Amino acid sequence: MSGAAYELDGVDLSVDLAGMSLPNPIMTASGCAANGPELHRFFDVAEIGAFVTKSVKATPQSGRGTPRMAETPSGMLNSIGLQGPGIDAFVSHDLPWLASVGARVLVSIAGVEAAEFAHVAQVLATCPDRSAIVGLEVNISCPNVANRGLVFACDPASSAEVLSGVRAVVPADLPLFAKLSPDVTDLVPIARAALDAGADGLTMINTILGMAIDLDRMRPHLFGVTGGLSGPAIRPVAVRAIWQVTAAMRAGTIPTAPIIGVGGVRCGADALELIAAGASGVQVGTATFHDPRAPRTVLTELAALLAERGISRLGDLVGAAHG
Amino acid sequence: MSTGDHHPVVAVEADVLGNEPVGAYRRLTLAVPGVAATARPGQFAALTVGGETSGLLLRRSFSIHRVAAGSDPAGDRLEIVVADAGPGTHWLTQRTPGDRVGVLAPLGNGFSLPAAPGECVLIGGGYGSAPLPWLAEHLRAMGSRVHMILGAATRDRLFGAAEAGAVADSVHVVTVDGSAGAVGLVTDPLRQLLRDNNIGAVYACGPMGMLRAVGELAIEAGAVAQVAVEEAMACGVGVCMTCVLPIRGHDGATRMTRTCLDGPVFDARALRWEAAADGRVAVPDDAVGAPSAPVGRSGR
Ligand SMILES: Cc1cc2nc3c(=O)[nH]c(=O)nc-3n(C[C@H](O)[C@H](O)[C@H](O)COP(=O)(O)OP(=O)(O)OC[C@H]3O[C@@H](n4cnc5c(N)ncnc54)[C@H](O)[C@@H]3O)c2cc1C
Ligand SMILES: Cc1cc2nc3c(=O)[nH]c(=O)nc-3n(C[C@H](O)[C@H](O)[C@H](O)COP(=O)(O)O)c2cc1C
Ligand code: FES
Repeated sequence: MSGAAYELDGVDLSVDLAGMSLPNPIMTASGCAANGPELHRFFDVAEIGAFVTKSVKATPQSGRGTPRMAETPSGMLNSIGLQGPGIDAFVSHDLPWLASVGARVLVSIAGVEAAEFAHVAQVLATCPDRSAIVGLEVNISCPNVANRGLVFACDPASSAEVLSGVRAVVPADLPLFAKLSPDVTDLVPIARAALDAGADGLTMINTILGMAIDLDRMRPHLFGVTGGLSGPAIRPVAVRAIWQVTAAMRAGTIPTAPIIGVGGVRCGADALELIAAGASGVQVGTATFHDPRAPRTVLTELAALLAERGISRLGDLVGAAHG
Repeated sequence: MSTGDHHPVVAVEADVLGNEPVGAYRRLTLAVPGVAATARPGQFAALTVGGETSGLLLRRSFSIHRVAAGSDPAGDRLEIVVADAGPGTHWLTQRTPGDRVGVLAPLGNGFSLPAAPGECVLIGGGYGSAPLPWLAEHLRAMGSRVHMILGAATRDRLFGAAEAGAVADSVHVVTVDGSAGAVGLVTDPLRQLLRDNNIGAVYACGPMGMLRAVGELAIEAGAVAQVAVEEAMACGVGVCMTCVLPIRGHDGATRMTRTCLDGPVFDARALRWEAAADGRVAVPDDAVGAPSAPVGRSGR
């Protein structure tokens, strides 16, 4: 895809993420942007580095009952249940639209077992609009039916099983990003397992498991009982996660690979914080609900921030906080 | 109900032009350039709350009460009616001219007008009456005869009773406690109107229980009922999937459907009312993609 250097305010914002060459590092976050047309009313979705789609499974998914969300201090809980059209409708309807507007698409895939991830990946690798796909984001932060519903990303072996299954069915030049959950004691072994099994990079973090209680009903507020916490409230957790995994890469404990940061980014300075911790791409999720223009605004603000500091190449700041 | 698919939406930091009390509510007037040409009755606006440094991240949704065209689009105004129901709405009721509030509008599909003029009933419960006077004007302008039923728990929770006479051919006010109009529920005058007149269409906006009862009576009488629902919304623009309800489509299949994009107005026959209870809505077993076997409950 378009790999030409891209300048804004005289700053070269282009990034190369494991062969995924993008004009700038800003992306939507899976599940926070639907599949394109809704946000395209507010900004040109081809202007941001990549468009990350809602995690898609093999078949249509109704998702859970409602309430599906609860607002929390500087954030929210969601329990959507991966509602979506299924991979066949995705490649015949959603992807062609994204391709038609020139978006670079990072497709997020999900499943309840490793074979489902592989099936979805294979359909994508051979679909007519394959050229619009710049990479796959493997959402392993979802429950594994074979392991009592334990989230794949909480277990190195399950994470590896999913990644190696997907790697086996997609061409080597299609970058794979494993999306990690912060709900683990130590992220480093999970990151290692995913990279060893064929991931080219990591996306972190997914939401943090949380819960709210409706005190009038004295029952869980969400229909799905528990939900994922997101928004500015979790940004420090994202910074910490990116920092720890970057530190392990720098120490040579795990292979070096690009990290896409996500969690609580609302403005350019927030994006810069994730970059300084070690991210070379940045996704904007929940902030989009506050303002649908947020991903585009974060891009403008990030460029202005770098220009202000006399930085001419974004790449110079990746991991800068590690000294 | 025409689909709300991807029509242009105005996104602005709107100047607050006015904030007046109306019974228990506040009517806010906002400067929203360009909104008048596209907005229709039944659509809504999503407002930021709490100011720039607030921890209240999500927008709050409000029916558009009416829009007024300026001498040029830059002068367009949008009005909403706000009930102080919690921290976000409380903050909005405190805004004064000179303040600014983030506004996205118009959102959603809005009511669809009948192809030919006829006789219709407009029903509002509480602040649910907010879009009705504007809708009545549209219907009357095309030659329809408009009956309006306004209901609330108490007098101060009624909205629009004062201006109803000017925009409707008949006005029926009911309160639960009898502090204004007749004692009772909106379904009482509705039953009578459906019996005594040739009502083709019913338009309703209010709490879920009221919409269901109104829809059932209208369907029984052979009228088409369009109801505007109110589901908790995180984004208001179709990207988060929190605002869904089970809706039966033209193909007969039920899907969890975004009320912010494909609603908030639905044909009462399309709603799977039986799935809703106690402010919660389950996924009907026959819905497209409903879980066939219970999977892990880890909610994400
Ligand atoms: C399409 C639509 C039209 C609406 N029209 C009006 C109107 O014309 N006038 C009016 O006063 N109110 C209207 N509401 C309800 C209004 O949005 C809520 O009262 C408001 O969001 C409550 O926010 P809060 O911070 O004051 O309360 P809180 O209870 O603290 O809100 C917490 C969270 O729950 C959500 N929430 C709480 N109550 C509701 C509710 N009833 N509906 C949807 N989300 C809710 C909020 O958005 C917020 O995210 C409408 C809602 C929708 C969806
Ligand atoms: C409503 C909602 C739906 C989400 N759906 C998905 C999803 O389908 N797949 C996924 O990998 N992450 C999903 N996420 C997680 C986000 O992509 C992101 O990792 C997380 O919200 C943290 O970023 P944020 O604070 O910027 O939102 C979802 C988040 C929200 C709030
Ligand atoms: S409120 Fe986000 S999709 Fe409807």
